[in-house]
Amino acid sequence: MKIDTQNNIDVPFLTTPQDFKLPAPLQLECGRVLKEVNIRFETAGTLNADRSNAVLVTHALSGDAHVCGRHTPQDKKPGWWDEMIGPGKMVDTNKYFVICSNVIGGCSGSTGPQSIDPDTGKPYNMTFPVITVADMVRAQKQLVDHLGIKKLLAVLGGSMGGMQVLQWAVSYPDMMQAVIPIATACQFSPQNIAFDWVAREAIKADPNWNGGEYTEETVPARGLAAARMLAHITYLSEESMSRKFGRSLQNKAEDNSYEYDFDFDFAVESYLQHQGKRFVERFDANSYFYITRATDYFDLTASSGGDLAKALEKVKAAFLIVSFSSDWLFPTCQSKRIVDALLKNNKEVSFCEITSAYGHDAFLLEVNTLGRMVRDFLNHQQEAYHE
Amino acid sequence: MSKNKILDPNRRQDLEIIASLIKKGDRVLDLGCGDGLFLRDLQQNHGASILGVEIDQDSIVRCVGNGVPVIQGDLNDDLDYLPDKSFDLAVLSHTLQETRRPDLLLKDIVRIGKFAAVSVINFGHWRCRLQVSCSGRMPRSSQMPFQWYDTPNIHFCTLQDFRELCHALGIKIVAEYPIAAKFPKLTGYFPNLFATSCVFVLEEEK
Repeated sequence: MKIDTQNNIDVPFLTTPQDFKLPAPLQLECGRVLKEVNIRFETAGTLNADRSNAVLVTHALSGDAHVCGRHTPQDKKPGWWDEMIGPGKMVDTNKYFVICSNVIGGCSGSTGPQSIDPDTGKPYNMTFPVITVADMVRAQKQLVDHLGIKKLLAVLGGSMGGMQVLQWAVSYPDMMQAVIPIATACQFSPQNIAFDWVAREAIKADPNWNGGEYTEETVPARGLAAARMLAHITYLSEESMSRKFGRSLQNKAEDNSYEYDFDFDFAVESYLQHQGKRFVERFDANSYFYITRATDYFDLTASSGGDLAKALEKVKAAFLIVSFSSDWLFPTCQSKRIVDALLKNNKEVSFCEITSAYGHDAFLLEVNTLGRMVRDFLNHQQEAYHE
Repeated sequence: MSKNKILDPNRRQDLEIIASLIKKGDRVLDLGCGDGLFLRDLQQNHGASILGVEIDQDSIVRCVGNGVPVIQGDLNDDLDYLPDKSFDLAVLSHTLQETRRPDLLLKDIVRIGKFAAVSVINFGHWRCRLQVSCSGRMPRSSQMPFQWYDTPNIHFCTLQDFRELCHALGIKIVAEYPIAAKFPKLTGYFPNLFATSCVFVLEEEK
């Protein structure tokens, strides 16, 4: 909430979802073409006269275009990175023009498996083409062009958002002053791919999934919830789970005894169950297939025979790379690999591993330390933008 | 720069000497750069292009706040992520004595920089010698305020020790700038006795 100091009342910061239809079909890396592509996006702040204050925020696997603020004053929850972004916040929308769009293949407004295939008049479901992170970025680039921005001040995002950030720096080196890839990697590790596989297997095992042909009444809720629960564990750390739940029991009976059955007995079980249930309410199972597949295929070094330094040869942006000490899904060594390759190329790079117990989720939770660095880095890069 | 010039005692004199070595456009690395203010001065007032290496998270956050590019890193680890001769000058100021293997770090620093500037605290200073020989206790001073058991300074040497190490490692000493608040003339003749510290400019032997 933004405080209106003059009237001393709470004024909610409101944002509005917008749509942009790509003027032409989108050529995809897999060889197929996606027609009538829609990009759902939101903006916050005002684009300045010389269009030099635009910050593109890229979202993670389960994110969407609603990055900050509220759609209506009655909304209970703000956007997914509202703690970081907004008027007077670390990424200050009084100063910057923030753009965030839903990735293609997603299920929050941009064209994805739930969209109608113009060739058949029916939802794509699993006939949707396999997309990649580079495809997502190519679509975003058209949105940025459409908004009349020649050079972004920065591209900023964590996890899968960080992959898009890296892809931006490589695909469009002249289109940004700076990039901030957070808790991410230049390629998806075999461990990451393995987790995705098990998550998709869980969805497939739900008879409701039915090869992707389900209706609103028959969504594969159990499969998708199981996939989410598995993924959620990978976002936490041993320490954060111990701190948050310990071995405490869900139904605290007087004698604190076990139920001796297979319903959820431990607090951590009921927490995961709740996370799974909430996820099913807002996410599409088929989309989960496509987005996880896009991350599986992500490998910046693929085009340079495994040589990351070569892949980063042409980047021009200044980098701020951040990892978190307890993140075992995207461990610090993967960020360091990017740092090393940039140093080899004599590029401008800063790197910090933030000490945190929150695991991979830290990128959304460590707002103080991360936010301070992002704020100061953007500030200095804005000066450099005009040099 | 004259070897015997008396410098402003309010500023870290080794840093002032190192700054005087920088030419416009030089690429400078500061190992253990703290809050990055020294590097920022080199960038803004000497036209250097800069990078810091620092281990402490709060210092890194301050570096970013000061607009100084910085990499988190431990000087006790291998520095092979910094390519050979990728900097015109690699700086190590008042830090060598805190590292686990000063010899390995020195070899690394002359590999990374075309030149290296290393400022060394002199344990052979007459006050140190006097403290050990008269009071029978480990020396302490304003530069070394710690007790022997809690000091982060685990590898002290005299200027002569340092020269001998460089010689053994095949490192060429290009220049020496001894620093002393008193007795400038004597310091020029007998730096190992009168200098409190010294900036050595080093180069890998070809």
